Parts: sequence; C-alpha cells; structure tokens
Amino acid sequence: MTPFANLLDRLIYTPARNTKLALIVDYFRHAPDPDRGWALAALTGGLSFPGVKAGAIRDLAMRRVDPVLFQWSYDYVGDLAETTALIWPERRTNRAWPTLGEVVHGLQTTARADAPDVIEEWLDPLDATGRWALLKLITGGLRVGVSARLAKVALAEYGKVDATEIEEVWHGLTPPYGELFAWLDGAAPRPDLEDKPVFRPPMLAHPLEDAEVAGLDFDAFLAEWKWDGIRVQVVSRAGQKRLYSRTGDDIGAGFPDVLDAVSFEGVLDGELLVGIDGDVRPFNELQQRLNRKSVTAAMLRKHPAFVRLYDILFDGREDLRALPTMQRRARLEAFVERHAPQRMDLSEVVDFSSSDELERMRAGARGTSTEGLMLKRRDAPYVAGRPKGLWYKWKRGPLTVDAVLMYAQRGHGKRSSFYSDYTFGAWRENPETGAAELVPVGKAYFGFTDDELKLLDKWVRDHTVNRFGPVREVEHALVFEVAFDSVNRSPRHKSGVAMRFPRIARIRWDKPAAEADRLETLEKLIE
Amino acid sequence: MASPHPETWVEVRPQGLYVVPGDFYVDPLRAVDRAVITHGHSDHARAGHRSVMATVETLAIMAHRLGAQPEQDKRALAYGEVMRVGETEVSLHPAGHVLGSAQVLVEYQGSRIAVSGDYKRRADPTCAAFVPVKCDVFVTEATFGLPVFRHPDDRAEIAKLLDSVRLFPERCHVVGVYSLGKAQRVIGLLREAGWHRPIFVHGALQPMCALYEAHGVPLGDLRPATAGAKGSPKDEFKGAIVLAPPSAIIDRWARRLPDPVVCMASGWMRVRQRARQGGVELPLIISDHADWDELLQTFDDVGAPEIWITHGREEALMHAASARGYRARALALVGYEDEGGS
Ligand SMILES: [Zn+2]
Ligand SMILES: [Zn+2]
Repeated sequence: MTPFANLLDRLIYTPARNTKLALIVDYFRHAPDPDRGWALAALTGGLSFPGVKAGAIRDLAMRRVDPVLFQWSYDYVGDLAETTALIWPERRTNRAWPTLGEVVHGLQTTARADAPDVIEEWLDPLDATGRWALLKLITGGLRVGVSARLAKVALAEYGKVDATEIEEVWHGLTPPYGELFAWLDGAAPRPDLEDKPVFRPPMLAHPLEDAEVAGLDFDAFLAEWKWDGIRVQVVSRAGQKRLYSRTGDDIGAGFPDVLDAVSFEGVLDGELLVGIDGDVRPFNELQQRLNRKSVTAAMLRKHPAFVRLYDILFDGREDLRALPTMQRRARLEAFVERHAPQRMDLSEVVDFSSSDELERMRAGARGTSTEGLMLKRRDAPYVAGRPKGLWYKWKRGPLTVDAVLMYAQRGHGKRSSFYSDYTFGAWRENPETGAAELVPVGKAYFGFTDDELKLLDKWVRDHTVNRFGPVREVEHALVFEVAFDSVNRSPRHKSGVAMRFPRIARIRWDKPAAEADRLETLEKLIE
Repeated sequence: MASPHPETWVEVRPQGLYVVPGDFYVDPLRAVDRAVITHGHSDHARAGHRSVMATVETLAIMAHRLGAQPEQDKRALAYGEVMRVGETEVSLHPAGHVLGSAQVLVEYQGSRIAVSGDYKRRADPTCAAFVPVKCDVFVTEATFGLPVFRHPDDRAEIAKLLDSVRLFPERCHVVGVYSLGKAQRVIGLLREAGWHRPIFVHGALQPMCALYEAHGVPLGDLRPATAGAKGSPKDEFKGAIVLAPPSAIIDRWARRLPDPVVCMASGWMRVRQRARQGGVELPLIISDHADWDELLQTFDDVGAPEIWITHGREEALMHAASARGYRARALALVGYEDEGGS
C-alpha cells in the first residue's frame, strides 16, 4: 500500500499532466508485482468493490471514535473517507501494512458482511495517508485526475513503446496485468492476442463547428448518416464472439440476438439500433435493453436489435485498418455481400453534389433516427482515438449537451424516496489552477421513465461520495444528454450560464465522463 | 490554610490573562505595564509594554521584530530560574515551540498555574524540548484541537520532499515557511536528513536565520535566493531547495525559479481540501504545535486537574478533556492569530 498511497497523495495535488506522468512512471519502476498492476487497474477505473458502501465506512469509524468528535471532524474535513482516515485512533500492532494485492484479494474473497472486520484489521497498521488511500480505493472515490489514456501513456513511457501498442494489447489483458509488465520490462514477448476476441480502440470523430464548414473541402469526404443508437464493435475470432461498447465494455450479454447471428470471423464497427428490417426505432426503445445482465424473450421480440455497419477493421484475420476509407468501404461491402450477416446491414453512403445540398439534408433529418451526418476523409486510415481532420460529426439541430451528474437530491411526494433531481455540470479549466473541473450548469428532474429512475436512484446510492442533508454528491462518472430550449448568461450561477427548460434527453451509460461537454460548448450556444 | 484556586487570582481581562497578585499579564494582547512573554510570534509578543520578562532569545527576537524600544524595562530569565514578581514566583520552562519559547509557571501561596503559550512535543533540532511542569491549572492552546489533526513523523515529511527532489532534478522545490521557527526547523530537519547542499533562502527569512545561528543553532550553508535576476531563472536553482515566506511561493517572486514545485510546511496541510487551496503541489505536514494526541497526552503529563484553553478549536478539546475527567474551561481570548503558520 505504501507506494500506492504515496502516489495517490501526490497525484491529487498535481495538476500538470507531465508531472503526473513522471509520478506514475516512477511508481511503475518501484512498485512490486502484482501491486502495480492493481494500481493500474484502480487508476484506469478497472477495479470496483460494490460490496462496501460509504455507510459501512462511517459505521467502522463509530467502532472506535466518539460520535460527537467524529461529527465535528467531518464538518471540518467535509469528506467521509478522509475524516475516517485521519481520525482513526492508531493502535500499536505487529502487523505489516497490507499490500495492494492483499487488499484486492481480501475484498474479492470476503463476504459482504465480513468486509468491515477485514477493513478494520487493515486500517490499524496503516498511517493516515495509507488509510485514506485504502478507503478511497474501497469506496471507489479515487478522483486523482488520471484518465485511462494518461495511464496508458505512462505505460508506454515506462516500457519505451509506442502508446498505440499499449492501446492495441490493452483490451486483451486483465488486472493485475502481469503479462503486460513482463513485456514492458523486456522479460517476456508482447502478449499474444492472436486467438483472443479483443476490443480494438475505435476511431472517433470531432464535432464540425459551424465556423469550420466554409473551410472544409467536402469533395475529400464521404458522408454517412450518424445513427442515433450506440456505437459498437462486433468482434469474432477463433469462435469467440463479443459485442463491445466504444469504451470497450463487453455488452454482449444484453444482446444475444445480435451475437447469435454472427457467423463470420472479423471485426466490424457500427451502430447498435433497435428495429425490424432496417426500420430504426427511437432511441428510448434501445435504452430499454441497455444495462441488463440478461434479457427476456419478450424483450427480444418487442425490441429486436441489429447493427448498422460503418466500417471494417479486420476481414477474417486480415488487418484492414491501414487502408484508406474508400478501400475499407469496398471491403465492407464485399464482406456483407459474402457473409450476408443476419441482424446487420450497411450504413448507406449519402451522395451529395455540394456542401449546400448536404447541409439541407442534415437540416431536413429532424424527426428521423439520425443525429446528423458523419464526414469521413476518403483517404484516411482507421486510426484509434480522435485524430484531427479525418472524421467529423456534423450534428443537427436541437440544443443538447452531454453533462456529468454531480449531485442528486431527493424528490417530492411519491418520489421522495428517490434521488430524482439531478444537478449536472460541464468541464472547464479551473481559472486558478488550470486543472479540469466540473462546474454545475443546470438541474433537471424529468425526461426519464420510472424504470430509469429506479436505475438512476440505485446508481446514485452506489456512487455517493458525500452527503449534505437530502443531497448526495456523486462520483463524476455518469453522463446525461441534456436537451434544452436555450441558454442565457447568468451572473448568479458559478458557471455564468443558465439553461431554459433543461431535461434529460437520455442517460449516456456508455459515455465516459471525461468526454462530456465543456462549458465553452454551452457558452457558444448563448443567443 | 488551603492554597487559593487560580481562578481566584488569575483573571481574563480585555488586555489578556492577568495575574492579580503579581500585577502582570502573560502574552497581553495590547500594551500594558508589565508583561511576561511566552515566545516571539507577533500574536504573543506585542509592542509597547513598559516592562517585559522573557527568555533571552525571545527578547532578542522581539528586539529584532519590534525595534529596540529603549524605554522598555527588559528582564531576561533563564529556563528554570525563579523570579519574585509581586506576591508571586515566576519561572520559565521550555515549550518546544520555537527558539526561546517558554511556558510561564506562576506560583502563589502554594497554588500553581502554567501558561504554555504555544507548544509542541516533537523533537526539534532548533529549540529546547517541552518540559512538563506539575501545576494545578494548565493553560493550553488548541490550534489543532480536532482529532483529525495527528501530525505524521516530520522526518517522513522531509523524506517526501527529498524524494521529490530526486524525481524532478530539473525543477526547483520552493517551500513556504514562516520566518520564525518553521524556516529554521525545516532547515534543521533537512540537515539531519543528510541534505548538506546549500539551501536558498528568501530575503525575508535571512535575519531570523542569522539570529538563530547567533544563539547557537547551526543551519549550515544558506544562500540568498534573491540572486537571480527577474525573468532569468538561474541554473543553480535546478534541483535546489528554496525556502520562502508563504506569500512569496506562488507570487511573482517565484517566477525567477526554474519550474518550481510549490511546497508548504504547515500542520494545516493535514487536511487535503485545505492543502489544495492556494496551489500547493507538495504539502509537508510539519507543525510547530501539539497535535490532538499530544494535547491530551500533555494534560496527563502535567497532572493538572483543570485545563484552561486560550485559543484555537476549544470546543472539541473541552469535550475530550471533560470525558477524561478534567475540568475544562474555554477562556475565549480573542487575538491570538496563529502568526506562526502552525
Ligand atoms: Zn506561536
Ligand atoms: Zn499562538
């Protein structure tokens, strides 16, 4: 725990990316296995212990501490895990600090009811920083400003390999990443993914800003509709089939209809939609099928899913990603022709003769199941991440932003047992420190179904980091697509903006919080 | 005849804590005729008293900070030396807070009160260690009077700093320290940890360091940190440790330093939210005050059945002291502003 605790303690105060990198690389150099692998998992969000709730931490503190003193301390410190870590009365013990590996193993193998006893035993030998790191790790509130991407760059720097190589192997590996470190240390060959159905980091688009439209050479681009579903990757290799979200989450369990129909080997990129015979149903029908571990036959009948194919990454085992868009498109068409995959169809190419015509089509697409248009450079290879100038998404119309849930408050009346009022924020740079931070931009309490409310309420309870009376502060990890009529300047709000009639257009379970919109996006919409 | 309880002969007045049979104040908050001063921090040692009794070091610190005050009657008292003042006997005992800091023990008709000023219990290479003195009433501060304040080992904090210097050899580490006490202690701890390279010191800290050295506290090779011209970072600061007042570390002054890692040495750094305010990148939890455990331990050590609390977070400390069977009372003295940065 010592090196890990010290790392977290440094990271939390460090705004500069390069300094963070140096700290993480130094940690990888000095921490033993498997601890550094577990630390990597913790930093990249790959570790969670849903069995331990914030309430259990408070109960634990109450075993040792005068409740009056605890309350005063909590009022002063303002964070439950930190208060507990600091106030924990130190007892002499012969036990050594638990290693990170022991903690992870312990939590994974301990029954929920016994977890507090186990945690109590770990707290005694630790110092305040160690206890803080342990409690933050357990309750999932690390928030040290390290993205998965940054951790991967650190791995690349540590192992002196290219970051794309890390991305490539990443999704075939699992914590504590023994193979990965062995490879980076030069002690083993690169992990072999030949027969694994691994996720390939997808290519993402930049939004096309209005100001850029005039300067864009439309002739160099191919246009497609941007369908309003969920971007997915269908992977089939060595008889193993997977359906991944664009962040690499395996969502196949909820979509057996799609996976069962896969009868080829390859990797395809597309949009997961609900509909029959190519007739796309509204997004909220797809939403009914998300976040489910299993799916009923009735559900499959009522909301059949399919994938509209955008691109091909592998045909069989042949890697096509280096080919230009037009050649990949031809390969994709041939692939569909050859395999005639069920539950899949081709995303059609939108023909246009001028940018004006395309603009009209985009504007006319209101009320369909598209969000606008995709523009892909005809000569672009398939590049992981969000390369500049190759792919654009040209969204149409209504005002929406993707915002991150920050606080949830209990509702009123029959909703009073639910956390149903949501305050969400957009990213900005802290004017003093330059660090990325969320600033609240609005509040909404409708736009979701009762079933979704139940899911949201549960999510809030499971991700609470602080409580203030009826309000819970939650981890910055859930994105809402917020629709609103207009946005105005408002000096009364910290963000300086106020939305008119904000509502939750949809819950973006799939979207990483770091990719939610920035405050500037809202500011540009001020009329 | 039973000894009179100190509450019958020590009063809280607007000027501060007043010892009636001795006709003097301890650490008065405004100018008085007769003052006994615990230590040189400006909230305890104020200007304008007609006569002052303190350790020779505290008198030197006051002369440096407040000017010579030639009309003032100054009386230096060594630790343990007893002086008759009015009907009382006054002696000074090490408080372990800063150079020259003392607890004031006043005895009257067999009844004893110890006014500790500010104190700490940790070893400090730059001042004499706290000595518990038996008394009937112990007057304590409560700067860190919440159980979340438990200072870590200061050597581990210094190790954190040196580890960072190793990790970022191209950068300079600038440490915010208050001029009296913290600066010299951090230097002393660095020397103990084997850091014998020059330490660069902001101009505002130099006179107090010189005063410490003149009183027999060696601080090693200190160099002025003001040598570099504005806007042209000096290479000699790369990999160096620079000490500066807290107001300077994130100010224009620090721009002359090469890519500084901003550090701050204070007990307040214990709480992350507090440490994160003000752009500190490496908080060092080094305090010149007793932490929570040490406050309570000290009550046991001095054996006083009654505790009076002068300043700080008295609420929680009263609660805990009462729970341990002490009579506890908050004096609610307003004006001790923690100049020492704690
Ligand atoms: Zn002081
Ligand atoms: Zn003080």
